[in-house]
Amino acid sequence: MSSVTAPPSPAAKILWAAIAVVGAWCLGVVALRRGEPINAIWVVAASIAVFMIGYRFYGRLIEHGVLRMDPTRAPPAVLRNDGLDYVPTDKWVVFGHHFAAIAGAGPLVGPVLAAQMGYLPGTLWILFGVVFAGAVQDFMILGLSLRRDGRSLGHMLREELGPVPGVVAMFGVLVLMMIVLAVLALVVVKALTHSPWGTFTVACTIPIALLMGLYLRYLRPGRILEVSIIGLVLLLLSIAYGARVAASPTLGPLFDFDAKVLAWLLIAYGFCASVLPVWLLLAPRDYLSTFLKIGTIALLALAIFLVAPPLQMPAVTRFIDGSGPVFQGNLFPFLFITIACGAVSGWHSIIASGTTPKLLANEGQARLIGYGGMLMEAFVAIMALIAACSLHPGVYFAMNSPGALIGNTVESAATAISQWGFVVTPGELQQTAQNIGEHSILSRAGGAPTLAVGMAQLLHSVIPGEGMMAFWYHYAILFEALFILTTVDAGTRVGRFMIQEIAGLIHKPLQATESWTGNLLATAICVGLWGYFLYQGAVDPLGGINTLWPLFGIANQMLAAIALMLATVVTVKLKRTRYLWVPGIPAAWLVICTLAAGWAKLSGPISFTAAARKYADAMQAGQWLAPAKSAAEMQRIVTNNYVDAALTALFMLLIVVMLAFALRAIAAAWRSDRPTAREEPYVALNGATQGQHA
Amino acid sequence: MKAALQAAWRRAVQTARLCCGVPDYDGYVQHLRTHHPERRVPSYAEFFRERQAARYRGGGGRCC
Repeated sequence: MSSVTAPPSPAAKILWAAIAVVGAWCLGVVALRRGEPINAIWVVAASIAVFMIGYRFYGRLIEHGVLRMDPTRAPPAVLRNDGLDYVPTDKWVVFGHHFAAIAGAGPLVGPVLAAQMGYLPGTLWILFGVVFAGAVQDFMILGLSLRRDGRSLGHMLREELGPVPGVVAMFGVLVLMMIVLAVLALVVVKALTHSPWGTFTVACTIPIALLMGLYLRYLRPGRILEVSIIGLVLLLLSIAYGARVAASPTLGPLFDFDAKVLAWLLIAYGFCASVLPVWLLLAPRDYLSTFLKIGTIALLALAIFLVAPPLQMPAVTRFIDGSGPVFQGNLFPFLFITIACGAVSGWHSIIASGTTPKLLANEGQARLIGYGGMLMEAFVAIMALIAACSLHPGVYFAMNSPGALIGNTVESAATAISQWGFVVTPGELQQTAQNIGEHSILSRAGGAPTLAVGMAQLLHSVIPGEGMMAFWYHYAILFEALFILTTVDAGTRVGRFMIQEIAGLIHKPLQATESWTGNLLATAICVGLWGYFLYQGAVDPLGGINTLWPLFGIANQMLAAIALMLATVVTVKLKRTRYLWVPGIPAAWLVICTLAAGWAKLSGPISFTAAARKYADAMQAGQWLAPAKSAAEMQRIVTNNYVDAALTALFMLLIVVMLAFALRAIAAAWRSDRPTAREEPYVALNGATQGQHA
Repeated sequence: MKAALQAAWRRAVQTARLCCGVPDYDGYVQHLRTHHPERRVPSYAEFFRERQAARYRGGGGRCC
């Protein structure tokens, strides 16, 4: 394929040299300037330069050296064109589709939590993580799937590593999905606790979605754009009206819930939403959240460029030593599992081997979609980090620290946070809450509220106006809640199908997805699984996110490690061993990070077992530790922590098993004297008879 | 100029629909006419319903 890489012209060389110099300069400012706040534009410029260079040089190395993408080769979309699932599509249309599919709440939450260590560690991990791990994973899995008829990750694992690792990995995906749903639902719970305004607007999305569903079904079938605009207008009206609801002495209390009640409401909602016909609730909500997501990301980018806020958070805080209030644990390995999506996300390997490879019209476009799409997501993560770091650090810590550390009043919070070295007055905390139209901002961990305050302040500087900050805050909360709830609905359905498939192995009739018994049973099991972890988060002494996010990070990076192991195995099987390091090093790094983080969560001072033991010992001594108010609640906290420890051990076992299978496959491929990867045979693009399989 | 704007709009609509799991209808109709002239061409409403149901039939899932 060397014929494709024509030598660059002198002008191009100069241009790339200039980009490299500018990027290095910006990165130098970001990394080295101390003592005075730097402007966010430095971070943005450094990121763009790093992404461009990564895309142009490293992406190209993977394209031509490792994957050897061949523009003359017919991709699955051409070979199997059926006009529905397999359709050769314009590359920018595919790019939009792929980005919409991979961008979720993850890159907005992780970087906000990681901001407790300062902006520098998070920025560096996102930039280098995405170039050398995240984008490599997405691109390579897409490339492998393109050569295998657009097969899924599980299918490819079965073919290249063997049937057992395929089953092990799919089991891991199911467990990961339950944790994802629980932790995302918990983000919503944290954002809506005792927030009648937020709860009212999020509740309004249900009747709005029902209305949209009926409209799309009976009035104007398939007019997605039209109905989405109607939905958006109704949503904005509900935000505006929410202020009155919150202020009303009669209506306000109707939407004022604590975390436990909200958790139960979400569980009940998740059950109903995934049992109802999709056209009624799930699909219209999905359309709305997809467009709102893209629109809001664009809005955030615009606001950052226009406002160019200074970063008030220090470059590095003292919490890199593991004593942070937002999440516990040292920079290594916890930074690398806290920021998962944005730097490297295992979920993407499912998308990159799902719909996307069935749409690509040419292998030569795979770098733009796979590598480029992930760079875009990393940029979203960078923006989330900027929004969090542009806040007053005192406000940031007040919002993200658990009540156990900062108390329940602005006075106690201001005292505790000022003692950590981030001087803030009770008045400032109260004023922030008032500006965004809430009673309190304390202990709203989970990323969404922090990002919402950051976004509200940025947008308020662009479009000022009395009371507008509160509007923007609730807009940002609504937008995140909307697409998290869509993920919860859709994920519950997918989980239900997976569970029905497994149940079908035991009792065949349960497999029928049309059967109401099988449907209700599997949905109840699925909702029960994530609901257990959600409720656990709602009653957790450290606020839930502190406990569950590391579990999510470990699981997500575990999946990424599995995907990169597959890429490594195939590279060796193709006898391209000199590129072994391209997927091999990030795979090894993620294995090390997940195992190290898993170990720290299993034994040691910040482990689940230590937390369980602390509560068990107190129970023995006849004491009740906050927030437990009875022996039963104490017992529940002990049990929850042991469940989390068992789950961590399970993830570690999974990764060790997969590593063993991968090493075995690599050894076998190494010994073989010819390529052993199972690619589909070459068909030239010109000679491909289109639609022959349809 | 007008033609270019129309093409850009068409592409934007196509992207937006694909993001919601609805592929290009005109493309599908053309595919049917060329390769399967014996099959009935569904109306856009029928096509939309079929694709909507197919999107949530399982597999894939949504990203976090």
